[in-house]
Amino acid sequence: MTGRPPPRRRGWSWRSQAFRGLVYQVLAAAVIGLALWFLAHNTVENMRARGIQSGFGFLLQPAGFDIGESVIPYDALEQNWKAFLVGVLNTLRVAVVGIVMATLLGTLLGIGRFSRNAIVRGLCYGYVELFRNIPVLLQLLVWYLFFTDVLPPISEPLSVGGAFFLSKAGFSFPVPVWGLGQALAAAGAALCVPIAWAYRRWAIRQFELTAKARSTFWAPIAIVIAGSFAGWIAGGAPTAWNYPVAGAFTMEGGASATPEFLGVLLGLVLYTAAFIAEVVRAGIASVAHGQVEAAGSLGLSRGQTMRLVILPQALRVIIPPMTSQYLNLTKNSSLAVAIGYPDVVSIATTALNNTGRAVECIAIIMLVYLITSLSTAGFMNWYNARAAIKER
Amino acid sequence: MKRTPIALAGLAAAALIAAAPAHAGKTLDAIKARGQLVCGVHTGLAGFSAADAQGNWSGLDVDVCKAIAAAVLGDAGKVKYVPLTAQQRFTALQSGEIDILSRNTTWTLSRDASLGVNFVATTYYDGQGFMVPVKSKIKSAKQLKGATVCVQSGTTTEKNMTDFSRANNLNLKPVVFEKIEAATGAYFSGRCAAFTTDASGLASVRNKEAKNPADHLILPELISKEPLAPAVRRGDDEFFAIAKWVIYGLVESEEYGLTQANVDKMTAESQDPVVMRLTGKSEDMGKHLGLERDWLVKALKAVGNYGEIFERNVGPKTALALPRGANAQWNKGGLMYAPPVR
Repeated sequence: MTGRPPPRRRGWSWRSQAFRGLVYQVLAAAVIGLALWFLAHNTVENMRARGIQSGFGFLLQPAGFDIGESVIPYDALEQNWKAFLVGVLNTLRVAVVGIVMATLLGTLLGIGRFSRNAIVRGLCYGYVELFRNIPVLLQLLVWYLFFTDVLPPISEPLSVGGAFFLSKAGFSFPVPVWGLGQALAAAGAALCVPIAWAYRRWAIRQFELTAKARSTFWAPIAIVIAGSFAGWIAGGAPTAWNYPVAGAFTMEGGASATPEFLGVLLGLVLYTAAFIAEVVRAGIASVAHGQVEAAGSLGLSRGQTMRLVILPQALRVIIPPMTSQYLNLTKNSSLAVAIGYPDVVSIATTALNNTGRAVECIAIIMLVYLITSLSTAGFMNWYNARAAIKER
Repeated sequence: MKRTPIALAGLAAAALIAAAPAHAGKTLDAIKARGQLVCGVHTGLAGFSAADAQGNWSGLDVDVCKAIAAAVLGDAGKVKYVPLTAQQRFTALQSGEIDILSRNTTWTLSRDASLGVNFVATTYYDGQGFMVPVKSKIKSAKQLKGATVCVQSGTTTEKNMTDFSRANNLNLKPVVFEKIEAATGAYFSGRCAAFTTDASGLASVRNKEAKNPADHLILPELISKEPLAPAVRRGDDEFFAIAKWVIYGLVESEEYGLTQANVDKMTAESQDPVVMRLTGKSEDMGKHLGLERDWLVKALKAVGNYGEIFERNVGPKTALALPRGANAQWNKGGLMYAPPVR
């Protein structure tokens, strides 16, 4: 039986799926491009017609306003971009500290939901339901009210041992006086980090080879602490501390966190921790119960089961929704303006009013949050890829 | 095809949505067509613009709106009030959401020249001051070394305070709030050693919001010039002139003794050539502005002359108890000087 060979498929056709796909994509890109052009053109034309000046040149003009708290040295005579930078750093400060604290608290609460103690279980459940069902702005206002209305005035602060003070001016605490000893201690700690890391790798390899378990957590930490301690001794073991003292209007000396910062931080941490607790609970619940039984039959304790068997598997389920919570916390920090914390939104508002560059200032705010969120998401995706199941 | 660049471009586009479409037609025609003047006012500053429990607005800034509505539409009630925060106000005017911004706004060069707005005429000469609790025993702003100061954002006050702090080496620490209620709330709670805004605003806050006004002291230093003026959108000279001359007309009415009570009698009887021009009896001044002949009489009947507006809203007999001071007529030692209506 001789049949003709089937007709050769042509590489290209007007009716091919590839061509249709291309047409749709070009159309979509054109529509988006046109919409963009229309918006930009319309905005610029309207602003020109009304005599509104525009452009980002104002970033290089002197800001002319003070900022209540700043991570970096800032002076009102510096340029507007520096003021924006102060705002961005203030936002990052609250976001980074907030994410770390919310993760710790949320994880404890989430694990607490599986406790064998009914009171712990109930408390964790009550916490989650209470804090995630109250709007976060209201929580910020309540905490700020607590700091400014309930706490005593600066002249008679609540004190713990004459070193820690709580008043309307915020929370003040002593800091070591920076000197040779402190510098050497920091250098010693920095020097010991690679050593600790190398030890940890070695310990893991030894465990895999010989099944002899060595500490992979506390021992590296002890190495770093020992390095820091050695540096401190070498620097003459200085013990001078800078204690806060009540001044006329503020606590002088030491270091302090303002009620604005604490209000934002507490509000965001307590609110987000409730969501993180649910994420962690869901992650743990997703691990099959057989794993617990298997771990039990191997003789692992409850703590070991949680740490070595459940959490590593739960992490795969936990990380993606956790990323969303981190992004939420960062974006919710823009509510800080309601209680007077100088975050990037607050600074932009002031700059906007001084310069009148509304479109530019709003664009900067959006860009800052976009960059922050994309970086957070990028980092978490990398971590997620690390924690994901490795198929061999 | 990767979609990420397109998604990014879309987000960038969203940044531009903040701008509004063009507003067509002249302001006066638009006001007449809709039968209503849309006036941007403060969200709540006693004496200048505040709404009562029934939603009736009153205050010095509000009376300016009423006077213009009366002159243009013949009815002071035909005003729609749009309460605005400090940072919303210019955008609302630029975008055409409101016809006139009458919201204790300081007239400065950069605002006048770069925001696409025209300031009309000063309706209140003010200056920025500080308020402190009496029990802090502070008598002068120069004693506020290192103090935290509560302030509302979106105003010229932040910059004035920074200038004053630098000039006197005070190292003042601002705590900036978006809403005035939050700023005053933080001050009353004791978070800040002082609260700063225009002196008229301080009087308003002290006398209307403090539990006991005598517990708070307004310090003697005025650290800035704050000529408060309404503003209109740039590019409509006709409406700019109307707003300007309604205000000047009310100031000149005070100078020549025309009041809300006697305006009918004066219109009928007065032989003073200035009064006859103001009331439209001899010459039709309204024609030049595109208004009725009795434009100013209607405004006077609605709110009275400038002196009456001042006394009724912020003067010594009101809760604010502000002295006339710089806001007296030019021939009585003040700065209120209207160009002649002729």
